Amino acid sequence: MSPRDARPEEPAAAVGSVEVVQSVEPETAAPAAPARPGTHFHISRRKQGDPKPHFQNFEIEVEPGATVLDALLQIRRRHDPSLVVRHSCMHAACGTCGVRINGREALACDTKLATLPTHKPIKVEPLANQRPVADLATDMVDFYARLDAAAMPLLRASETAGGATPPENIKAFARFENCIECGLCLSACPIARTNHDYIGPAALAAAARVVEEPRRHDLGPVLALAAEPDSVWRCRDAIECTAVCPSSVDPARALLTLRRHVAANGARRFLARR
Amino acid sequence: MTTNDRPGDGGRPEPAPTEKVRPPRPKRARSSAVARSVAAAASIAAPEPVAPPAPAPHVLIIGGGGTGGALAHDLALRGLRVTLVERGEVTSGSTGKHHGLLHSGARYATTDRAAAIDCITENKILRRICPGSFEENDGLFVALTDEDVEFEKQFVEACWLCAVPTKRLGREAALRMEPGLNPNLRFAYQVPDATMDAMRVPLRFMATARRNGADIRPFTEVVAVTMTGRTVSGVRVRDHAAGRDYEIGADIVVNAAGPWAARVASLAGVNVPVVASPGVLVAVRGRHVNMVVNRLHAPGDGDIVLPQRLRTVVGTSSWIADDPDELAVRAADVELIVRESAALVPAVARAEVTATWSAARPLVQAPVPAARKRVATRREAATAPAAPAPAGAGRGLARDLRCFDHATDATPTEGFVTIAGGKATTLRAMAEAAADVVCSKLGLALPCRTTDIVLLPHSAWYSA
Ligand SMILES: Cc1cc2nc3c(=O)[nH]c(=O)nc-3n(C[C@H](O)[C@H](O)[C@H](O)COP(=O)(O)OP(=O)(O)OC[C@H]3O[C@@H](n4cnc5c(N)ncnc54)[C@H](O)[C@@H]3O)c2cc1C
Ligand code: SF4
Ligand code: FES
Repeated sequence: MSPRDARPEEPAAAVGSVEVVQSVEPETAAPAAPARPGTHFHISRRKQGDPKPHFQNFEIEVEPGATVLDALLQIRRRHDPSLVVRHSCMHAACGTCGVRINGREALACDTKLATLPTHKPIKVEPLANQRPVADLATDMVDFYARLDAAAMPLLRASETAGGATPPENIKAFARFENCIECGLCLSACPIARTNHDYIGPAALAAAARVVEEPRRHDLGPVLALAAEPDSVWRCRDAIECTAVCPSSVDPARALLTLRRHVAANGARRFLARR
Repeated sequence: MTTNDRPGDGGRPEPAPTEKVRPPRPKRARSSAVARSVAAAASIAAPEPVAPPAPAPHVLIIGGGGTGGALAHDLALRGLRVTLVERGEVTSGSTGKHHGLLHSGARYATTDRAAAIDCITENKILRRICPGSFEENDGLFVALTDEDVEFEKQFVEACWLCAVPTKRLGREAALRMEPGLNPNLRFAYQVPDATMDAMRVPLRFMATARRNGADIRPFTEVVAVTMTGRTVSGVRVRDHAAGRDYEIGADIVVNAAGPWAARVASLAGVNVPVVASPGVLVAVRGRHVNMVVNRLHAPGDGDIVLPQRLRTVVGTSSWIADDPDELAVRAADVELIVRESAALVPAVARAEVTATWSAARPLVQAPVPAARKRVATRREAATAPAAPAPAGAGRGLARDLRCFDHATDATPTEGFVTIAGGKATTLRAMAEAAADVVCSKLGLALPCRTTDIVLLPHSAWYSA
């Protein structure tokens, strides 16, 4: 319940303003030397029907404190309204703005430009292991198919501890699950890259939550799913999922928990059969 | 009404593609578990729309925020053919950026009784039709100063008139519930506020609408309104995902573009008195409260603190902006908000700021006509006039929801309706108001059915 560390606040600035030079290059070439100081973006573009993506370069002036999402929206507003990018909440809550920034999965709204290296253009690409919609947007349909498969009663609220007494009319304080369903973990997962049937980190983490805190759920189907060939045993412990997760879900640890339960369940069933 | 005079779909050109915006999904071997789940998701029972009059009139909605999404659901349930176009991702306007408070109405009881009654009514309905989408932890109105103490009587009376339940808590009791509160508080009132996920609640409306046949197209921007004389016949859109323009014909076009409503209306040469009134919100690290914490005073700046998962979000401020696309995050507002909210929950002052952003309220500036049918029936309890709104840009204006049938404008425009104002909490009521106007324009007596039908889970929006 307490702030982790009291860092000084960032200067909260008006986002975006100064005019911009835009250089459009058809192919993957890195941008030429800047015409004038600014932040360079190297953005993956692909309209529906394009056989493959290409990169386009933009150079814009951003305000201090701006995030990658602020910059992308500034490009969309002032330079290229056709840039397709998913976003909604602007504060790492909705999970829609996941992209790969310099090759690494991150929420665009949760990545301050000031934290990125300045000596090279900022490369922004759509998430991997998902179907493209256009430009930076991907279709989350496969991700949700996996989550639903994990039998996660979606939008489960967990109870919070913390020494507080809930009001009389409320049994226990509720809290939404940490997972914001952004799909960063699935994009970063090396197994999902080669095996499209792998159930993936977020879904396994959801299954682990159900197993650890079953409430009144029948665990049979969840454990059976986890025991399927493309499930817990497929993971090779790359831990990329936990590294990129923006919401402290720690799918890698959840997966270990689940393995223990699956193994125990398997042993019980084996013994029962004998 | 002229829209009925037009034969069928109006005989207008409709080169609109029949396929959806989503690209055809490549066939791919799926694990049995995933495939099973897709099949299962597709079989979740969706409420049946009423039998449509054949051929069903076509309504085109501009704007995929909460209002447009709820309207698509309402009209689809009434059996109409619905297409919704949204220029970005759905909920990428004000809806996804709001504070996340399912209002009990207490905040508005002293200044805007109509809005307060709408809020408590919708608060109860949404809990019923969106189970699981709220942290139902209630809210507190906390008195800190002598001025706040003086405000008590007015607050309690106003809540009573609006049927917003309140319960008085002494200092100790309030601190037991929320140990993070300013220990110098005097007393607090408990009200049925709750928190919500700003995107997922509207997604449930959209998922259900789509299951009932509504065609919802993200990344599709209206660039022109097509007209025959002063009658709107459809829209011209730019599909940003495919990179092409096309036209969509419609019997009625509904402008649900929130703070962009005036801009969209101007495409049809129509004036609507909707302005963008932005406010700043600040997210800080750490979950410092479980309940919604409000200041017990007339609505002001930085007086709401609420939890969102592992963070605390505090807000907000209010001004009028010329351009809803260029909303500054005013540094002075951030400072003020953090200071004011830290008076309620001191830990906010020490917490790391993780995000600051602005969103715009779609604010209706027209005087509210005396006879507002839908509202009048709900307001029987509130007979006395509400206290005058506090001065100050933005917040003093009427904040109620309004539906404009532009056929009744000084220069009438047929086939065009604007719905604006309200709050995220009142999305369903806004949709009902607009759908009633649409049906009456079409000469159809189709009842609203959205108050009792439980919506599909938000994940159904993403099902194939
Ligand atoms: C700071 C702040 C905090 C708030 N907090 C709360 C709260 O806690 N609880 C609450 O109940 N309410 C809250 N509100 C109010 C709430 O956010 C709004 O009332 C509500 O989101 C409005 O929804 P809407 O669908 O009408 O508008 P929007 O969500 O803005 O939807 C309009 C849509 O139209 C689209 N559009 C615009 N032009 C075009 C075009 N040409 N073609 C296609 N699409 C177009 C936009 O992209 C946008 O998505 C808050 C508001 C603000 C500003
Ligand atoms: S587990 Fe983390 S990374 Fe994966 S979807 Fe959930 S929040 Fe995103
Ligand atoms: S916009 Fe919501 S998580 Fe980034």
